[in-house]
Amino acid sequence: MTGLRIHNLSYSYGRKQALKNVCFSVAPGAFCALLGPNGAGKSTLFGLMSRLFTTDQGQIEIAGHDLRTAPRAALARIGIVFQQQTLDLDLTVRRNLHYFAALHGIGGRDAARRTDAALDRLGMAERAGERARDLNGGHRRRAEIARALLHDPSVLLLDEPTVGLDAASRAGIVAHVHELATDNDLTVLWATHLTDEVWAQDRLVILDQGRVRADGHVSDVTGGQPLKDVFLQITGEAAI
Amino acid sequence: MTPALIALRAIVIREALRFVRQRGRFISALVRPLIWLLVFAAGFRAALGLSISPPYQTYITYEVYILPGLCGMILLFNGMQSSLSLVYDREMGSMRLLLTSPLPRWWLLTCRLIASTVISILQVYCFLAIAALFGIHLPLAGYILVLPALVVAGLMLGALGLALSSLIKQLENFAGVMNFVIFPMFFLSSALYPLWKMAESSRVLHDICAVNPFTHAVELIRFALYTQFNPMAALWTILAGGVFLMLALWGYDPARGMIRRKA
Repeated sequence: MTGLRIHNLSYSYGRKQALKNVCFSVAPGAFCALLGPNGAGKSTLFGLMSRLFTTDQGQIEIAGHDLRTAPRAALARIGIVFQQQTLDLDLTVRRNLHYFAALHGIGGRDAARRTDAALDRLGMAERAGERARDLNGGHRRRAEIARALLHDPSVLLLDEPTVGLDAASRAGIVAHVHELATDNDLTVLWATHLTDEVWAQDRLVILDQGRVRADGHVSDVTGGQPLKDVFLQITGEAAI
Repeated sequence: MTPALIALRAIVIREALRFVRQRGRFISALVRPLIWLLVFAAGFRAALGLSISPPYQTYITYEVYILPGLCGMILLFNGMQSSLSLVYDREMGSMRLLLTSPLPRWWLLTCRLIASTVISILQVYCFLAIAALFGIHLPLAGYILVLPALVVAGLMLGALGLALSSLIKQLENFAGVMNFVIFPMFFLSSALYPLWKMAESSRVLHDICAVNPFTHAVELIRFALYTQFNPMAALWTILAGGVFLMLALWGYDPARGMIRRKA
């Protein structure tokens, strides 16, 4: 069973083709970076993987569940961190997480136990009673990740989760999620356009203009060259 | 408690907390109909003569006449305001959170609809209490019997808001829709004047008012407040609610609708 499998996925907005025959898979417990410049189709891919919208062309399998034929089973197995903030800023972190647990049908003591465990895992336990508004950007993102882990998903999807964060917070969150993948056998797909968020041992998929341009381990893709240079060559975009 | 009910409770509580926090929204929701009741109606009392027509069994003042319409106004504004917050949620990301839950999407949207209706009804009861303080009394049983009418009317208007929110791409577009939906719906109804009065000035306007679902929602409330049941109004309101809900579910269907346009 794969953690995540995308097979021949295509999608277009009217005449504009956003994704074309996208194919890749990520093994359980692997951290896969989905690297692509702005407009490469990463957000469209995330929209399809989270079933915000659907397509007839291609297949998405999450922890063995086909998203088209068994959408609820598949959605129950994924945790998603969106680019946009989803926290209610006027509620405490704990209340935000309880709300999310309820959206997964988890309530009462079970929700409280999972909330504590998820916050603890992200080093956020002491912030549980703070209002989301009072957290800094880095802690808000951590709270978002804790939220996405509440229901013990097999696959964690993160759509440019470090947008707007300073370098130290970014590095901290990248390291945390790498640890999560290793320690919890969690399949992680991390979409970014920043090459410094990709580690040498990661799986790497480079997406550009809706197509997969490279797929493999970072060392296989780069062949010893700096990733930034390889990314530039492949996409012709200015990488950071 | 089943997963579906856990989600319903959480969504209702979240809406209620949001509403309590937004004190300005609560005050404006009450001030708006109160101005109509205490200022507008006082001014028009002398100008408008109303004959005895069901459910009233005696001559009534204009304040008494427009009270059910103003209850409808609260439901209408709140239904639209709730859909406005849905468009905002969509831009912010919390709508994505809702839609990516493994619970059926129709149920999640229905939960949202129920939550906004609960908030609307609380506002209506506050308004009726204030109106009573100003001397506009209703039969005691009317305060209880109006509840199911408010539920049906609130769900119908909330479903309209939900449907509109699925069709609107951006928050900025919403103001226009408010003007094109709220005002025509309110003024082309029996909220402020009885339909026979409208017929005296224009047959076409009367016919438009007669098919306006808001007219039927107001009449359902009006009859219920006087402990009577208006089956035709109930049927129209339920039918319109069903159509609006189908439209909303269609709009939020992942295979079509607006979400993909916003991705």
